[in-house]
Amino acid sequence: MFDKRVQSAAEALAGLKDGDTVMLSGFQRIGAPDTLIMALIETGVKDLTIIANGTGHPGSGLAHLVEAGRVAKVICSSARGRGSEMSPFEKAWFGGKIGLELVPQGTFAERIRAGGAGHAGFYTPTAVGTDLAAGKEERRFGDRDYILETALTADFAMLRAERGDRFGNLIFHGSQANFGPVMATAAEITVAEVNHLEESPLDPHGVHAAGIFVDRVLHVPGGA
Amino acid sequence: MSNRLNRNQMAWRAAQDVADRSYVNLGIGIPVLVANYIPGERSVMLQSENGILGIGPAPAKDEIDPYFVDAGGQHVSLAPGGMLTDSIGAFTMITGGHIDVTLLGAFQVAGNGDFANWNALLANKGPLVGGAMDLAAGAREVRLIMAHTTREGEPRLVGKCSYPLTARGRASRIYTDLAVVDATASGFVVREIVEGMSRDALAAKSGAPLAFADDCRTLTAPEL
Repeated sequence: MFDKRVQSAAEALAGLKDGDTVMLSGFQRIGAPDTLIMALIETGVKDLTIIANGTGHPGSGLAHLVEAGRVAKVICSSARGRGSEMSPFEKAWFGGKIGLELVPQGTFAERIRAGGAGHAGFYTPTAVGTDLAAGKEERRFGDRDYILETALTADFAMLRAERGDRFGNLIFHGSQANFGPVMATAAEITVAEVNHLEESPLDPHGVHAAGIFVDRVLHVPGGA
Repeated sequence: MSNRLNRNQMAWRAAQDVADRSYVNLGIGIPVLVANYIPGERSVMLQSENGILGIGPAPAKDEIDPYFVDAGGQHVSLAPGGMLTDSIGAFTMITGGHIDVTLLGAFQVAGNGDFANWNALLANKGPLVGGAMDLAAGAREVRLIMAHTTREGEPRLVGKCSYPLTARGRASRIYTDLAVVDATASGFVVREIVEGMSRDALAAKSGAPLAFADDCRTLTAPEL
């Protein structure tokens, strides 16, 4: 019988190790799996490559993870903190202690999609002629120039959803989905923390991320 | 003294050019103010790259749903006919040419439509590209709203951008506090100029040659 429910964050993160690549969903703090990230810090793993849209809002799980010195590199579309104070990432980056690969947000999402769908990469007109095209193959199709962008995959993906069932199906609320459904497809192990966890199947017409992509579901009421 | 436009008036002027039944993405800063001034008889669908198509008015305090947030982090409501999607859906709308017009802020724009709006090269702030390059490459039309000069009086309309580019040749129209200017294959063409400012005075505040349209008019806006 399919039952992907796990009882603890430790069980949700079993197998995570030093040097892993981890995708973290969330746009600003909406959809960020902060409970799983705080549990990840407890495990003590280090030298992580993080794939997330931002580098961590003040007080977020990702900001704590970076501050704890566990992150070797971040692949993201925004490396800027909020407000006048430098973020933990900015302090580490300007101090030469952390790596950064900055990616346009649509290219970022599509690289993850390619990874999840089994494609090696794709050609996009985004960033042609800019600093973010440096070192990338450029090719003309028709009357337009494109650059080659390669797929992103991960050892773990961690997301937050509103609702999940024992099959691993997920439903998001409002703008919470963002990178969650696509990250679920691109990782070896996908873990979701959900506000409501149900034994009975979710309405199949409304499922946003299919259970085939989700390995473990943890009940974490509250949060965003 | 010239009748320099304030931020609201710049947004108002840009809003007058937003067509009925169009799909529009507004950047953070002055561009989001455009939503306040779209003529009432026009129906426009506002998109946000974190997965909302059809942003409605700001909700009353007791009607805020914390999961409905736009790309700038503001609480929003959903307009009639609006829908929610994930980042893949949102960026398919953007890079696939389904967004009719994007209005963005910028540091600099060149007469050929090259523009720079993502990296101000700040000493203690990490870089942030977000969806700017995807919008620049993918929207059918890219228009900019920006002050005509820096606070120090340096031109922002230039022959060649010195800041890192967002895209080459993609900006088609620029709304400033002093003028409405098109970027064309032959350089800047001024369409409107504020009352009390001579063509020579505008040229002196611009870093590249200006041509003036045959039907160049006075730029006026209501008190806002």
